[in-house]
Amino acid sequence: MSTLAVWSGIATIVVTATAGDILQAGAMKNIGDLGQLRQSSGTLAVVRRVASNSRFMLGLLFMALAFFSLLVTLSWENVSVVGPASASLTFIGNAFAARIFLKERVDHRRWLAALFVAGGVVLLAR
Amino acid sequence: MTARKYLVLLAVVIFGSCGDVCLGRGMRDFGAVTASNWHLLLGAIADPWIIAGICFLIGFFCTYITALSWADLTYVLPATAISYVFMALLARIFLHENVTLVHWVGIGLITAGVGFVATGPSLTVPDDAALNRRPNREDV
Repeated sequence: MSTLAVWSGIATIVVTATAGDILQAGAMKNIGDLGQLRQSSGTLAVVRRVASNSRFMLGLLFMALAFFSLLVTLSWENVSVVGPASASLTFIGNAFAARIFLKERVDHRRWLAALFVAGGVVLLAR
Repeated sequence: MTARKYLVLLAVVIFGSCGDVCLGRGMRDFGAVTASNWHLLLGAIADPWIIAGICFLIGFFCTYITALSWADLTYVLPATAISYVFMALLARIFLHENVTLVHWVGIGLITAGVGFVATGPSLTVPDDAALNRRPNREDV
């Protein structure tokens, strides 16, 4: 498979995974601590609360798209290339998107962590 | 951060890395999937390695959303990035992929990144919550 096709596959994974992560993180922030919710209302209530959240379900759809993109791209290239390359770009994308859409305070420590992890993942892909 | 929360993050790492390695191993049996033979993916879902990978990834997903319910996305993702180190080691052991010196430098960078974020706060306090708390602190 051509390099362009492999990187198109990786780009698709990155975009869909980032959208899924942001939607799910936003949904889970609205729902609250699942551990506390399970203790107070039970496991069934947790499942019902999560499954009835539309933002969460939309995030799940994007995660499913990311999963099938991953499967297809894994059939074109080794897991040690596809996994790290898509993950490193998703890290950077998520840091930007979380700051914009989730209003998370991405301080110097988190930017450094994202960059170090992304750099490390790129080296793992070599 | 409590011990229970660190255990949840550890479970995210283990489930995620095992899941990816199982999927990688499973897809090797099917060759390249293209638009003309996309139906191979349907067969892939019945492959034992893919089934194992999906089971691990379900475990990953449950622990991941649990972590997101009490921590920021920009905390959870770097804090669980050590899974890529596990993934490289598992790929070397079980898939016989090559782990070079450059890979080990990458592993060092990831470990440093995890160290940076793991020692910081796990959740952003909203500005309005911070403002509400301030008078209380001054009262004390």
